[in-house]
Amino acid sequence: MSASLSEMNELARRCRIEIVKMVYRAQAGHPGGSLSEIDLMAALYSTSLRVRPNEPDWADRDRFILSKGHASPGMYALLAEKGFIQHEDLKSYRVLGGVCQGHVDMNWCPGVDFSAGSLGMGLSFGIGCALAARLDGSQRRTFVMLGDGEIQEGSVWEAAMAATHHELGNLKVLLDRNRIQNDDFCEEQMRMFDIPAKWKAFGWNVMEIDGHDMEQIVDGINFLDTSNNGPSILIAHTVKGKGVSYMEDNPSFHGAAPNEEEYLLAMKELGAIE
Amino acid sequence: MSRLAATRDGYGQALLELAENSRVVVLEADLGKSTKSLHFRKAHPERTFSLGIGEQNMLLTAAGLASSGYIPFASTFAIFTERAFEQMRNGIARPKLAVHLCGSHGGTHTGTDGSSAQSIEDLAIYRTLPNVIVLHPSDDVSTRILTKQLAATKSPSYTRTARNKTPVLYDDVDPDTIQIGKGIELCKGNDVAIVACGVLVSESLEAAKLLMEQGIHATVIDMHTIKPLDVDLIDEVASRCGAIVTAEDHSVIGGLGGAVAEHLSGTSCTPLERVGVLDRFGESGQADEMLELMHLNAPHIVKAALRAIERK
Repeated sequence: MSASLSEMNELARRCRIEIVKMVYRAQAGHPGGSLSEIDLMAALYSTSLRVRPNEPDWADRDRFILSKGHASPGMYALLAEKGFIQHEDLKSYRVLGGVCQGHVDMNWCPGVDFSAGSLGMGLSFGIGCALAARLDGSQRRTFVMLGDGEIQEGSVWEAAMAATHHELGNLKVLLDRNRIQNDDFCEEQMRMFDIPAKWKAFGWNVMEIDGHDMEQIVDGINFLDTSNNGPSILIAHTVKGKGVSYMEDNPSFHGAAPNEEEYLLAMKELGAIE
Repeated sequence: MSRLAATRDGYGQALLELAENSRVVVLEADLGKSTKSLHFRKAHPERTFSLGIGEQNMLLTAAGLASSGYIPFASTFAIFTERAFEQMRNGIARPKLAVHLCGSHGGTHTGTDGSSAQSIEDLAIYRTLPNVIVLHPSDDVSTRILTKQLAATKSPSYTRTARNKTPVLYDDVDPDTIQIGKGIELCKGNDVAIVACGVLVSESLEAAKLLMEQGIHATVIDMHTIKPLDVDLIDEVASRCGAIVTAEDHSVIGGLGGAVAEHLSGTSCTPLERVGVLDRFGESGQADEMLELMHLNAPHIVKAALRAIERK
């Protein structure tokens, strides 16, 4: 492992600061899902994902598809930390001509493998990437980050079925189970009942973890790395808005920016200011 | 015009001929026997992917393959491609991934399956998407040639083919005359220009013969590429003939007729009559019965030509 647990926690903390800054500057965007996903992504990029920041289009890189493309601040913060883009680029979030488009876009931002923004599309795209890797005889893997509200899209289940039909052991999903979607709690919008059982029934390898416990996250990524006999999904139980007290578990901060007072409080809580 | 064939057969043949390029892959959604990708599947099962009855997933799987350097050809019925329109829009056209989508069984000519299977809006919807090439070839030869050309383009595409057989037009033609984006002048006259696509090209040639009996000389153009539209040719025939008829087995809203009307509205006052499905759905019937019911066959194209000439 190339990074210690504390290093990865620290990386995620720095990303959280940038997430809140981006959304505050833009006075728009999606902080909640960015804050819930970021521990998973920080760990993935620090341990398992084989990518080259100075050669983002390297043909044999692992693919990372942020299917929940609205949670782009998390991805941009991490791409800046890893050197795919400059920290200065983060100021271009939602700004005309900026590499940091509102939703992640492969034609605008280095290190982005799929132009997301419309939910339910990333897993299908990942199947194509995984089939291509197999045709190429390559060991590269495809990782897809799904949101939990997102799996209400029917085509996700077309993809779930196709992934096992084609026996895609090189396809790995991380599910950000933060229990909140745009309008409200998932439980209110569309109850999904036993999510792990659904994926198991589709033939997937399934593991559940606490998506904010770095030790469990590392174990979960190891599960994805070593489960190659079919597609695998790591269901990470997370807290929407994790790390900022008033955003935590609060549907209002799925897609809303903090005001100045809230912003300063967030910076304090995240250790950016005294 | 001795030989009859269906354009979907040209698509199937093209895939076979493209197979020597190892980057070409084929995707199916349980209709490969109908769209004719089955020949490729038989010859190259390792490069053919079944996605089951799941068009949305099929299109984005194709997008993933395209992003990894492959040249995917995905097909299903024209009508079922429409279910995946947003995948085509957001996952393919927007990032400009060269996925080639073929919708077979387009138009009311599809026949007895009835209105649920007769796409009359596919050309219109795909034409609205930036970056997307839209084709509707008229015979199996041109379908084969144009499909093969798609493999060399960097743009995504939508190609409509037809289920039923129509006269073959290009058996003896130099293949180089058939190029994406270039309309083909099949006969030349200076009284009216009939701009047609798909199964109505042969009907338009028949209409030109009927007009000739009345002493009217018609130009007939096979406008197999709906987008990018060959606007130079449109302008040329508008200027030379002074009256234009468009003909398509598709809604009069938004297809070839819509494209030509949009262009002409900015360049000339040439009278334009659009032959197409008049904002209604089809029903079960034989192909020739459908063309008559929908007022799409040669006699109706003649009537439209006379109306256009009258308006000069």
